[in-house]
Parts: sequence; structure tokens; C-alpha cells
Amino acid sequence: MTLTEVRRNPVGIRPRAVVVGVTAVVATLVVSVFSLGTGDFPIAPADVVATLFGAGNPAHEFIINELRLPRLIVAILVGAALAAGGAVFQSLVRNPLGSPDMLGVTNGASTAALVVVILGGSDLQLSIAAIAGGMTATLLIQLIAGRALHGFRFILVGVGMAAILTGISGYLLTRGQQMENARALLWLTGSLDGRSWTQAVPLLVVLGAVLPLLVLACGPGLRILEMGDDAASALGVPVSLLRNGALLAAALLVSFGAAAAGPVAFVALIAPHLAKRLTRAPGPNLLPSIAVGALLLSGADFIAQHALDDRVLPVGVITGLVGGAYLVWLLTTERRAGRI
Amino acid sequence: MALAAVLVLSVGFGARFLSSGEVWAGLTDPASDYYRIVHEMRLPRTLLGLMVGMALGLAGAIMQALTRNPLADPGLLGINAGASAAVASAAVFFGVGTFFGYVWFALAGAAVVTALVYAVGGGRSATPARLALAGAALNATLYSYVSATLLSDTQAIDKVKFWTAGSLASADFETVELLLPFFLAGLLAGLLVARPLNALSLGDDAARALGARPGVIRVAVIVAVTLLCGSATAACGPIVFVGLLIPHLVRPVTGPDLRWMLPYTAVLAPVLLLGADVLGRILGSPGELQVGTVTAVLGGPLFLYLVRAAK
Repeated sequence: MTLTEVRRNPVGIRPRAVVVGVTAVVATLVVSVFSLGTGDFPIAPADVVATLFGAGNPAHEFIINELRLPRLIVAILVGAALAAGGAVFQSLVRNPLGSPDMLGVTNGASTAALVVVILGGSDLQLSIAAIAGGMTATLLIQLIAGRALHGFRFILVGVGMAAILTGISGYLLTRGQQMENARALLWLTGSLDGRSWTQAVPLLVVLGAVLPLLVLACGPGLRILEMGDDAASALGVPVSLLRNGALLAAALLVSFGAAAAGPVAFVALIAPHLAKRLTRAPGPNLLPSIAVGALLLSGADFIAQHALDDRVLPVGVITGLVGGAYLVWLLTTERRAGRI
Repeated sequence: MALAAVLVLSVGFGARFLSSGEVWAGLTDPASDYYRIVHEMRLPRTLLGLMVGMALGLAGAIMQALTRNPLADPGLLGINAGASAAVASAAVFFGVGTFFGYVWFALAGAAVVTALVYAVGGGRSATPARLALAGAALNATLYSYVSATLLSDTQAIDKVKFWTAGSLASADFETVELLLPFFLAGLLAGLLVARPLNALSLGDDAARALGARPGVIRVAVIVAVTLLCGSATAACGPIVFVGLLIPHLVRPVTGPDLRWMLPYTAVLAPVLLLGADVLGRILGSPGELQVGTVTAVLGGPLFLYLVRAAK
């Protein structure tokens, strides 16, 4: 992408990106309908759609609106939040592996949440702690890395922070009793079991506020920023304001996502990658990433619920399996291309 | 210099046993009240700490030389986590419960990750930040794998939970004896590659001109790292930063020559590990803070300082 291209098309709408985004949204809707229709009480896709538009029978309405829909909404929202956060992080540190899972943000949320689990706190307290922990870790990393937020220093500080927090989490796990540990590990893996409107509504409000702001205010700037700080300054981008703002917004999204479903592995890493690969566009690809993230997590949760007959897997197991394989593949190909 | 080494070593031991007179009595006099404490609890723990510290320090030093990367550390790069993941699988899927069973799984896990890290970080294009990030990604993957695996078996959680944080608490003479052959093999391999690795640091062509064979050396280093990290992790779980920090502290004193660096590292690394262990028991009393947690909390800020100082 050249400078003239940026000037001519500042919002950066590309036909290919639109196609990818729309396809991912449609695929998410299809997965949603199947997900809502599958379970101990199967409902035909046509009835699912009818119920969603308010024309179903009372039994279907109860099952879908009260039991299955909240879980699906949380899956979609968490997927979108993690993907958006991951896209911003990868763009800011200019490294395809620079996702919040690796840079200590998610670890901050996990460690704080573990403290609450060990102390036997409620689910609400756990969520608040996770959000506070994620934000605190981000601010600390930013503070230690210095104002300049150089890509590589931010990475190293983040990696160091992640290692410290992992050590503390290990200690916390040994303090817990067997039941608490089971709860802690379930949370750490990431699970959507028993999610209701109480989780979905706050998430919806936060995403509704932060996502449009991020996409509209930071998206174009981030795209220019990837060409280098000097070029971006020359084009009139307020570099440090944009960076700090985008970083905080991304950390907020990731922390809220983790608070609602646990630190589901790899969504923040993979969704932006897939989006970028599919759109072949430079920049953070925020909207396609969000759509792909929603598709990934809702799809993974569908698999997690129905892969085994006798029990429901935590969704993090599925994303972890897929993500681990993807990571190994990514490490080898990116290495060959000399980008890592 | 040998005197300094012995001195440091004895400080490590001295800090370990709080009253030196009682320790001496416990060590030598079977009639003493402390004999059982010292011989059955303190001594194996100290020996284990000594071995694990040496193993991690040496592994860190030779990995830093091999990858020409100052931030290489078996903990940060995910090698210890690879061994952990293999042990968790062993405990959950194969019902393995003894150290002798764990160690083979740990070695296999460490070998796979070492090879992967080398594949990613061995080339010239890999900068420290990129390698660290690749390692962090592997770490995150492997930890999520460990928690997902343990989740399926609540019995296994209790069995291995101490061990996932990195702890010397399970030490007894049996573990020490079982660990010893693996540790000695790794130690020998590590010390033997010191000289050829020096040649390799001049570049492959220069090394060949000096009569070394780069391919053979690399394989030997990977074997040594695998033996050292795998056996250390099998004995007491993943421990970070020991392999990173000690070579950094040693290098200004000895220079980059591995023949000098490795002995110094081998002396100082156990000092750090045992010191962290003692600190963990003081701070955590009446229980204990796991040594892995202490090294992470102590070593982490030092790592952050190194990053800041490096510009």
C-alpha cells in the first residue's frame, strides 16, 4: 500500500474485505441457527428462525430465548471482543504473534480471577476482578515499556509480565482445594456453560460502546501507523494519542471478553490472522476480524457442546486444539517467510 | 577462582540450613535430634535444588550461545512447559504416577519443543523479541493444554498441582537417585559442547575451518538441553528465569567464552534456585511459596530491567 493509495481511499473499503466480512457474518448466522436448534430438544431451523422473529410456540420460545440464545450471544460477543482486541495488538506491535494472550493482558485477568476463586468469591466478583486485572496488567506493561511503546520493547516487557503472572497463578492454584481448583481450571480454559442474560447484557453494552469507537476512530489511523511512526506523523495522525487510545480500548475488550467466558485460548491470535489472509489487505482489518472472531467462537462452542455424546467440553479445549495446530503451522511458515 | 566458587557454593548451602552447628551435628552424628530431619528432608531437597539449578542454568547458557540470542531461557521459550504438558498427559491419559514414569514423558516433551524452538530461532533472521514471542506463544499453548488436560481428571489435579508451579517439596532420595543419571548425562554433554559452541559462535564457515562440524554440534546441544531441562522439569515442574538470568550475571565477569562461563553458571544457578527455595519457605510459612513462583517474581523484574537497559 502506498501513501497515495491511502489518501485516495482513507476509509479503506475494499471489495474483497467486504465479501469476507459478509461471508463470515452469514456463516455465523447459519451456525447460530443450527446451534439454537440442536440439543436435547431438537428444533427445526425454520422454527428457530420463526421463534427468533417472535412467531414461535411458547415451548420453543422458552428453550431458545431463555436457555440457548444467551449462551450463543455471549459466544458471538466474546469472539468479536477478543478478535478486535487481538487485531489492534497485532497491529500495534507489528508482529503476527503479538496477541494479548502472549503479552500478559490475559494473564493479568487470569491471575486476578484466580485470587477471587481461591477466596471463594461470586461469579460477579470474578468478572470484575478479571476486568481489573487485565487493565492493570496492560497499564503496568505500558508504564514499564515506556511512553514510546516501541514494538519490540513492548513485546519483551509483555512476555516477561506474562511469565511473572504465570508463576503467581501456579502458586495460587496450589493454594486451592480440589473443588476450587476444578472451578479455577474450568475458568482458565474458557467455558460458556450456564451463561445467561446477566453475562450477555453487560457485554452487549460495552461492545456496543467500544467497538464502533475503535473501528471508526482508530481503524484508519492504525492502518497508516503500520507504515511507520514518521510516515503516520507526516500524514497528520496523532501517533501517541492513537496508540494509547487503541491499546486501552483493545485491553478493555479483551478483559471484558475474558471476564464473560474466561481467557479462551487463541481466538485473539487466530481471528485477525484468518481475516488478514482472506482479505489480503494491510492494516488491522478490524471489521473482518470481528466477524471471523464471532464465527470462530460460536462455531467452536457448537462443536464443544455436541462433539461428545455424554458431556459438554469447555469451549477453550476446542479453540486450544485448533489454535495449537494453527500456531505450529504459523511458526513454520512465517519463519520460512522471515516474518517472525 | 576455584576458591570463589567453593565459597559461593557454601553460602548456598549455608543459607539453606539456618543454623550451621546443628546442621553439622545432623549430618555427621546419627544420635543427633536433627539427623533424621537433615537426612530425610533437607538433604535430598538441597541436592535436588542443586541439580535442577545447575541443569537450568547450563541449559540457558548453551541455548543463548546456540541461538545467539541473549533472551533464550528454557522457561521463557516453552521447553519446560513442553515437558510439563507431556507429564500432564502421562498423569491423565496413562495413569503414570511415579517419577521414573514421568521422566521419559518429560524428556520427550522437552525434545519436541527444543527442536521447534530451534527451528524458529536458530536462523539469523530471528531477533530476540521475535524468538521470545514465539516462545511465549508456545508457553501459552502448552499451559492451556495442561489446564484442559487436568480439567478432565480432578484426581490428577491434586496429584500434579504442586508440580505445575515448580516446587522442590516432593524431594526424597529416591527422586535424587533417579534423576542423577539423566542429569549427569546432560551435564557431560553440556560441558563437552562448550568448546565447539565457541567455534560455532564465529559462524558456520569459520567453525568448519576450525575443524568443527556445525550439524553435529547443534544436535549435541539439543540433546544436552533436552536432557537437562527434561529431567529438571520431571523432578520439580517448570521453573522460569534461572536459565536466563545467571548467564547474564556471569557473562560480564567471564566474557563470552563458554569454557569459563559454564562452570560459573553451574555454581551460581543453584545458589539462585536454593536461595529462592529458602525465601519461599520463609515467606510462605507455615506452608511454602513454590520455588517456581519465587524465581518468577524475583527474576521477572530483573528481566524487565534487562529489557529496559538494552534499549
